[in-house]
Amino acid sequence: MTNEIIKVDGVTKIFKHVKAVDNVSLSIKKGDIVSIIGPSGSGKSTLIRCINGLEIPDSGEIYIDGEKVDFGNDKNLEQMRLKIGFVFQHFNLFPHLTVLENLTLAPINVLGKSEEDAKALAETLLNRVGLLDKKDSYPAQLSGGQKQRVAIARCLCMQPEVFLFDEPTSALDPEMIGEVLDVMQELASEGTTMIIVTHEMGFAKKVSSRVVFMDKGEIVEQGSATDIFDHPQSARLQEFLSKVLRS
Amino acid sequence: MEILSVFLTPENIQYMLKGALMSVVVAVCSLFFGTILGVLGAAAKMSRNKFIKMLGGVYVQIIRGTPMMLQILFFYLGGPVIWKFLFGRVFTPNPFVVGIIAISINSGAYSTELIRSAIQSIDKGQWEASKALGLTYKQMMKLVILPQSFKRILPPFISEFITLIKDSSLLSSIGAVELLTSAKVLGANYYNYIVPLCMASVVYLVMTMTISYFANKLERRLAESD
Repeated sequence: MTNEIIKVDGVTKIFKHVKAVDNVSLSIKKGDIVSIIGPSGSGKSTLIRCINGLEIPDSGEIYIDGEKVDFGNDKNLEQMRLKIGFVFQHFNLFPHLTVLENLTLAPINVLGKSEEDAKALAETLLNRVGLLDKKDSYPAQLSGGQKQRVAIARCLCMQPEVFLFDEPTSALDPEMIGEVLDVMQELASEGTTMIIVTHEMGFAKKVSSRVVFMDKGEIVEQGSATDIFDHPQSARLQEFLSKVLRS
Repeated sequence: MEILSVFLTPENIQYMLKGALMSVVVAVCSLFFGTILGVLGAAAKMSRNKFIKMLGGVYVQIIRGTPMMLQILFFYLGGPVIWKFLFGRVFTPNPFVVGIIAISINSGAYSTELIRSAIQSIDKGQWEASKALGLTYKQMMKLVILPQSFKRILPPFISEFITLIKDSSLLSSIGAVELLTSAKVLGANYYNYIVPLCMASVVYLVMTMTISYFANKLERRLAESD
């Protein structure tokens, strides 16, 4: 049990009488790469937003590294979030800061790093995502794919223990999806713990150590990529796959 | 033309420009104190404390829901009465000081809404990204939200400044010698109001158009970095 990094225990989140997430439990171990798939509105995003406290669950508990998250306590939430990197569908880079400043803001102000250390790390990581030449650009000058790579590098700068990806390629033009998936693939190959909400079935099949299928707020089925994609058990998963894989 | 030369003596022009200067002083002071009140008001209206939030709401509602003229008269005529009741001493209010206080409080209510709406117009994703990176609320405000809000606040603040230049004329009703009062005094001296009022209009227009001109330039420069 010691290598369990995230435990979701009976979490329910209700939006205006609709159960977006309905009594979901999930355990993530260090090094796991878990893809969450399912139709739109199935509660995938809400679930991972609960994990880092962007949504407060109506009931149930979340444990990070064995510690129970106290959602009413801002200090505790801030501490927990340091262990989690979150990549958004719409990147959410800070438009008034350069790429480099986007990367160093949190390390300097939250982790208390010196400016030189933060810059050095940021440049190394920008280089890794292939965007070192863009360090003095503003987000508005970047393409969607470049923005998302910067957003991933911004998370990397905080050296979190686990990465949450909330549909990281859904807002991108098709020709830019590949460059973002390549960066994620590289992270995966380094043993990074990742939870990925995605509609990229091919990618999910390739990198996931486990795939979770959600529908109507519930986890319907989970298992290895082969289990889920090649031998789906439930009717709902079979129907979902027949719809998405046909295209 | 003869009538113009009667008015356009160096003394008269100087008198009027003095009035204009006082109008600007009132507007600048009111904008300054109004902004401070606006920041406090916006913070109150966004407070998690329901009582403080309500105070902010009541302030904005009362000030925006009653005429500015009434507010100025209230402070000028009512102020000494309240002062006497509280401290037992009589005092004669200076119309400029009272005027600046009244206009600042009025402007503060409008600034409250300007600042609040600019802050809340910042994309939800910016707040979420800040939180996800572990920033505290204070850091998020200082480093992410306010710098972006500032750009959006600037243009409406400049038009607020223009409004204040014009609103300062209301102080003529309590005897403060600003631009409009100067025009009225000159008019009374010569039994002719049309020329001095037109002169005052020209001075108001020069002031407001100058501010607009620089505001446009500034706005264009800010838009460039988007």
